[in-house]
Amino acid sequence: MTTVPLLKVNGVSKFYGGRVGCRNVSFELWPGEVLAIVGESGSGKTTLLSCLSTRLMPTSGVVEYRMRDGQYRDLARMGEAERRFLMRTDWGFVHQNPADGLRMAVSAGANVGERLMAVGDRHYGNIRATAIDWLRRVEIEEDRIDDQPRAFSGGMRQRLQIARNLVTSPRLVFMDEPTGGLDVSVQARLLDLVRGLVHDLGLAAIIVTHDLAVARLLSHRMMVMKDGLVIEQGLTDRVLDDPREPYTQLLVSSILQV
Amino acid sequence: MATPLVVSEVAKTFTMHLRDGITLPVVTGVSFSVKRGECVVLGGPSGVGKSSILKMLYGNYAVDAGQILIEHHGHLVDLASAAPRAVLEVRRDTLGYVSQFLRVVPRVSALDVVAEPLLARGASQDDAREKASDLLAKLNLPRELWQLPPATFSGGEQQRVNIARGFITDHAVLLLDEPTASLDAKNRRVVVEMIAAKKAEGVALLGIFHDEEVRDAVADRILDVSAFSPRKAAA
Repeated sequence: MTTVPLLKVNGVSKFYGGRVGCRNVSFELWPGEVLAIVGESGSGKTTLLSCLSTRLMPTSGVVEYRMRDGQYRDLARMGEAERRFLMRTDWGFVHQNPADGLRMAVSAGANVGERLMAVGDRHYGNIRATAIDWLRRVEIEEDRIDDQPRAFSGGMRQRLQIARNLVTSPRLVFMDEPTGGLDVSVQARLLDLVRGLVHDLGLAAIIVTHDLAVARLLSHRMMVMKDGLVIEQGLTDRVLDDPREPYTQLLVSSILQV
Repeated sequence: MATPLVVSEVAKTFTMHLRDGITLPVVTGVSFSVKRGECVVLGGPSGVGKSSILKMLYGNYAVDAGQILIEHHGHLVDLASAAPRAVLEVRRDTLGYVSQFLRVVPRVSALDVVAEPLLARGASQDDAREKASDLLAKLNLPRELWQLPPATFSGGEQQRVNIARGFITDHAVLLLDEPTASLDAKNRRVVVEMIAAKKAEGVALLGIFHDEEVRDAVADRILDVSAFSPRKAAA
């Protein structure tokens, strides 16, 4: 087992004027580890995800990432070009709304191939073959490769977004409510797919969700947020089977049984 | 080390914040150990904390006080205070658990549910599936069910999938929470044989068995959990 964390987060806070986005969040994420951040709307989970993934600059605190050369880099001190390169290659970001993560007016194959070109692949045949392979892995028929994502259903778009993110073999993937807008049968298929890919590729992932069942299925560890603070964290099974904080107990007891 | 699991002075209280913060003491002063090749059975009436002890050992319940020492890759880990990723590593390589109910994952076949713990330890797909098939056959699960997700299986069928999943690895310590509760006599005997085989391999087992026949067949000793009940201590 790797003994060094991939991501080190220390005292991250984000204020919007006088309002708190998230406050004093610290944790470490190891390679292959899946962390779920749960909490209700407005608890600061998306703000935190944005601060970690450099989409927002934290008001204070440090986020360090271990680059492929083994050196830690303070993300806030990275140049814009370098940060963008990191996001296109070593990281993935899966949005709740696939339209935010896909280019809707270019073909499915190009959506996947574009990320490959960002890492320097120029051979059209290779790019197309890899794109087909990835469409297959996310269960999209090969003959849809030249269709635009706007001709796809919501579930297919989300799977395409996942293929686009994973094609460059990232080491860390951020997901913001990846199953949010999908109906349950489509959700189950996507969850199973994500679960398999994370395991097979040894990905580290940070998943923001308000759905505790999604957290249970996908994550190893869980953080519960309320009013911008992490109020409880630990092994996912432990947090869900033996919640300690009043708010976590309320969340867990509010799950509807089918 | 001949004693891979040592539990000392473990205590657990639930605080129900939604019920005006009432506290429910579950167990206190739990101390025992399990040797290699030994099967210890937790005894005592329902509600006395048997399942809670297993859940604390597996990390599903937090521990308020005390230590749970397990021998993992030649050194001792205190599961009561270990970080989540350390607990996961111990679960992957050393500590197995057969729960009463199967947690099903949509779309994953019974065979793959059983094979998964071996894959997690780096076995090849073929080896893991072959071993999973052997176990499901031994537990008399109809072959036509193997490729189906267990969500629609009967209680006894799901339990057999669960047992196969728990027994497929060579974990040195195995926790069993009523593994035979919904099985018929024939399959109960199969499980008794499988437990005997684990004992012969030197695995330390800790279980809950309400079925007396099974309990008598597998137990080397019975640990009365009432002794750890805080209500008794207060009386």
